[in-house]
Amino acid sequence: MIRILGAGVAGLTVATELAAAGAEVELVDPKGPGAASCSWWAGGMLAPFCEFENAEEPVMRLGQLAKAWWARFTEVIGAGTLVVAHRRDQADLRRFARRTEQFAPVTGAEISTLEPDLVGYDSGLFFESEAHLAPRQALADLVRHLDGQGIAIRPEPSAHPAERTIDCTGFAAREALSDLRGVKGEMLVIRAPDVAISRPVRLLHPRIPLYIVPRGDGVYMLGATMIETADRGRITARSMLELLSAAYALNPAFGEAEVLEIGVDVRPAFPNNLPKVRAKGSTIYANGLFRHGFLLAPALAKAVTDLVIHNRETELVDANHA
Amino acid sequence: MRAFYGTTLANPLMLGTAQYPSPAILEAAFRESGAAVATVSLRREGADGAGQAFWEMIRALNVLVLPNTAGCHTVKEAVTTAHMAREVFDTPWIKLELIGHTDSLQPDVFQLVEAAKILSDEGFQVFPYTTEDLIVGERLLAAGCEVLMPWGAPIGSGRGLNNTYALRAMRAEFPDTPLVVDAGIGLPSHAAAAMELGYDAVLLNTAVAKAGDPVAMARAMARAVEAGALGAEADPMEPRDMAEASTPVIGKAFLS
Repeated sequence: MIRILGAGVAGLTVATELAAAGAEVELVDPKGPGAASCSWWAGGMLAPFCEFENAEEPVMRLGQLAKAWWARFTEVIGAGTLVVAHRRDQADLRRFARRTEQFAPVTGAEISTLEPDLVGYDSGLFFESEAHLAPRQALADLVRHLDGQGIAIRPEPSAHPAERTIDCTGFAAREALSDLRGVKGEMLVIRAPDVAISRPVRLLHPRIPLYIVPRGDGVYMLGATMIETADRGRITARSMLELLSAAYALNPAFGEAEVLEIGVDVRPAFPNNLPKVRAKGSTIYANGLFRHGFLLAPALAKAVTDLVIHNRETELVDANHA
Repeated sequence: MRAFYGTTLANPLMLGTAQYPSPAILEAAFRESGAAVATVSLRREGADGAGQAFWEMIRALNVLVLPNTAGCHTVKEAVTTAHMAREVFDTPWIKLELIGHTDSLQPDVFQLVEAAKILSDEGFQVFPYTTEDLIVGERLLAAGCEVLMPWGAPIGSGRGLNNTYALRAMRAEFPDTPLVVDAGIGLPSHAAAAMELGYDAVLLNTAVAKAGDPVAMARAMARAVEAGALGAEADPMEPRDMAEASTPVIGKAFLS
């Protein structure tokens, strides 16, 4: 029997893949899936090409698995990603275009056709093949899928001895993973029924890049800050100002939005910001999804399954760590 | 090379630590460039020990750490941040940055002089981020600074040396003071030009961190500052208006 610790996006995808490979699986999380996992607060963008702007090549390549993987369990909206910048920040748009792939440049008129509520942008980039999902719904759908396989989330381990333990507890595994660090992220959920935006939009800015992800019914997620600290306390006034003023710049009608939620959590990250599978004794740690939880969890779960079931070390396996 | 508060740098490159794609790339950029000094912003990363992992990584670079007060707009904020920095990094060095203008991030030189005095009196060794204004430079030295860091161009703009005339005048005005061009460097040629003016070091961040290949750009910057410094030491030729043939033509056998 394989015991999986943690029912965030990593633990749930690992459990799903291991069960699909025929393993007997036990999934343990004292708090259950929910606000205690940082994936609860995620954007849910399946945007391997946009993310490549500031990430290493595996993020783009492995991230391309995500769309089809998630579509098996939850609703994936394939509306693409629109990237825009203010006139004075056109240099950032040119740089973004140089650093990414699989997009079409769009004119102001084309932007208006894609998103009529984005006004005043002369040029942008459209990543048609990208998609997004609703993270909380996706987590719930995986829980339901596992339930259908007879795998329920247990608050504590059973008395059965486990042959292997897969630790998917994110930043909580810091004690065992000396090179894991926390990167604070802050996000807002707002309701602005007057604004209709149908796909994730990224607003480039030299200091405060922002994305906005529609959740339906006029609800939008605004994210997300990236601060090199493991402090998961509260949002700062500065972060809130930056997030809200960027939204206001996309469409002043966001000024009338209701703030529904403020989310703060810590992303677990290794020094190269790529996830790793690392064996220590009989425990295997699957961690370091950083800001790519939904994007890279399927690849991470596959790497765990390859290692545990097929004894095959793929690229995410961290064999050299002392 | 002039010493910075008694410390001679092994290499005239100072690199910032913000905006890299990952800490692993940041570390590789330092290793490739051999930069002697790492500047670190304390303000965003949390003071209460929560930023520990990042600080440890900076310490592990094994270079001199120059904490900064980036993002501070008032004397009080800057002084508080400096105190925090001294505690976290156990160094009297502080890069004093007091922003006066939101769009250009131009330093507020009046508050800068005031904060420099307070911190120098408290025993800090202040590296003030300033403009190329000579009188402000004099006031900063009078306030206790022993280093001046004029801008090349606004922070993050990558425009190079906007006013070489004034930077040259500053070098001539303060012959014994270590001078660093801080901010505005976008290309290796900009960094080389600063060193050719006789500056003692160059401080840059975005040009490396936001390059498509930060590690390659770090190496390029290291070579550029080395080339510029060597060139300045080598007593370069004077430019002239007319050509001067490098071999004499008189008496040359030309009917061959």
